[in-house]
Amino acid sequence: MPKRPAYSNLVKVIRDGKFVITGELEPEKDYDIGHVLHSAEEMKKTGKIIAANVTDGPQGDAYTCSMVPCYLVQEKVGLEAIWQMTVRDRNRIALFGDILGGAILGLKNLLALTGDHTALGDHQRARPVYDLDSTQLIDLVSKMVDDGTDLEGNEIRGGRPQLNVGCAANPNSNPREPEILKVGRKVEVGADFIQTQTSFDVDDAKEFLKELERFNTPVLLGLFPIKNYGIAWYFNENIPGVSVPKEFLTALKKAEKDNKGNKQAKYDAIDKVNLEFYVPFIKEIKKTTKAAGIHCMAVHYERLFQPLLKDL
Amino acid sequence: MIITKQKDIEEIYDMIKPYSKILVAGCDGCCQPPRSINEAKVLAQMLELKARSEGKELKWKAITVLRQCDDRIAATTLRPFIEEYDAIVSLACGLGVGMLNRIIPTILTFPAQNSMFGGVENNSENYFAEYCETCGECLLGVTGGICPMAGCAKNLSNGPCGGQVEGKCEVGGYIHDCAWVKIWERLKKFNRLDLFTNYRPPRNYRIWSSPRFIHIYESSSNIEEKKKEENV
Repeated sequence: MPKRPAYSNLVKVIRDGKFVITGELEPEKDYDIGHVLHSAEEMKKTGKIIAANVTDGPQGDAYTCSMVPCYLVQEKVGLEAIWQMTVRDRNRIALFGDILGGAILGLKNLLALTGDHTALGDHQRARPVYDLDSTQLIDLVSKMVDDGTDLEGNEIRGGRPQLNVGCAANPNSNPREPEILKVGRKVEVGADFIQTQTSFDVDDAKEFLKELERFNTPVLLGLFPIKNYGIAWYFNENIPGVSVPKEFLTALKKAEKDNKGNKQAKYDAIDKVNLEFYVPFIKEIKKTTKAAGIHCMAVHYERLFQPLLKDL
Repeated sequence: MIITKQKDIEEIYDMIKPYSKILVAGCDGCCQPPRSINEAKVLAQMLELKARSEGKELKWKAITVLRQCDDRIAATTLRPFIEEYDAIVSLACGLGVGMLNRIIPTILTFPAQNSMFGGVENNSENYFAEYCETCGECLLGVTGGICPMAGCAKNLSNGPCGGQVEGKCEVGGYIHDCAWVKIWERLKKFNRLDLFTNYRPPRNYRIWSSPRFIHIYESSSNIEEKKKEENV
């Protein structure tokens, strides 16, 4: 399908051929989202992170919505938001209404996701919606943006919303072929960019990126710097298909153990472990693949941004 | 078949507490596991014991019906007994309970079961599995005979989602198969991945909205269409 215009700065910069970095912000069960704005400010200060994803009820938990923090991040911090939208909680009518509302607020990027099932979250008795799936959500956005209509062909008054839409891909999927074919469907119905789940294996990531090349759509590879051993352990045990390399886990554990009681030394040691793992990883991806950039999911780990990204 | 699960005895007893003479009706139709005359007797005895523990007498009779969801069969079987009892406990699925309430308007029929899903029995592995959600828009022809509505926790038309690991679903702790990985395997086997890669547009939930009716002798038209025709 022909490329739609680059409405967002993110897609403009990607199309200019620059290697881009996006970050991730996670509103939780918050009335005060100061931490989200603080994190966005730290991202902006790096001068490298050009946009940030704002999550939509990850793990199926009932969290502060994504749209309002997206708006505030753009308005108060001046960092472009990538609005994550899952099909778990809203039917096509609500999705349409929210997309139009978000577009009125000036949101320019939407990442279409299925969303973790309600059975995994903190309201397990909730009715999951899934009226559309994530591919159909991209179809909806395409119709709104390209044709100026809803799914039934009814016209939107006053012009077309201007958004670019992204989709997710999972490099940890096994078997991989159905995942690749599914990404193909999403590109076919109008995805402008792809952001992947986290990868810890550089060779595997390169192979995955190579397979995605056939879709001729920019890919941002997901990476997850980890700020303490507990998170790494949780991630390893609980996130589908993800295994944190043993050496990385051991190094984090050692960094914490060796520096018990000295907070600053512990932070330095943990940062060193992350930098030693990720700096060469990112360089390798940048040098040897056609990836459009990196999606850095270092949530609440702001101090790593500068040293991690300074040479990029 | 309709897969059912019996309610807790306390819940059933709470429903029939105000009554002293009950008719417990099994069903020999498609409800699984079987809930026939023996199951009806056992349930009646348990209710009697429960009543006795509260110092009450409960008079009961256990019978079974060939198919509780067939109005003529159910009416003929139950009619001789209903005068003597002041409530019915049905061991059928929700269809049977609904039918008895309709054809026997003089007394209430209470459900002893929860109807779980339309499923099949896997005898070798000892389980019942959901196979059909009666969605009214059958996709089995493009999915290698595996239903993504009944088989996928997210009812995806364009799966799999990112929650499958080695072909197992994130819902339920990676025990159940991911329907979309199964669909992919099957279509690949028959060299029909063209069906897999096709985009399937949003479904029509209008036809899935309750209450649903289809005329027995005019299965292709629904009541609304008929009404429209009549108005014309």
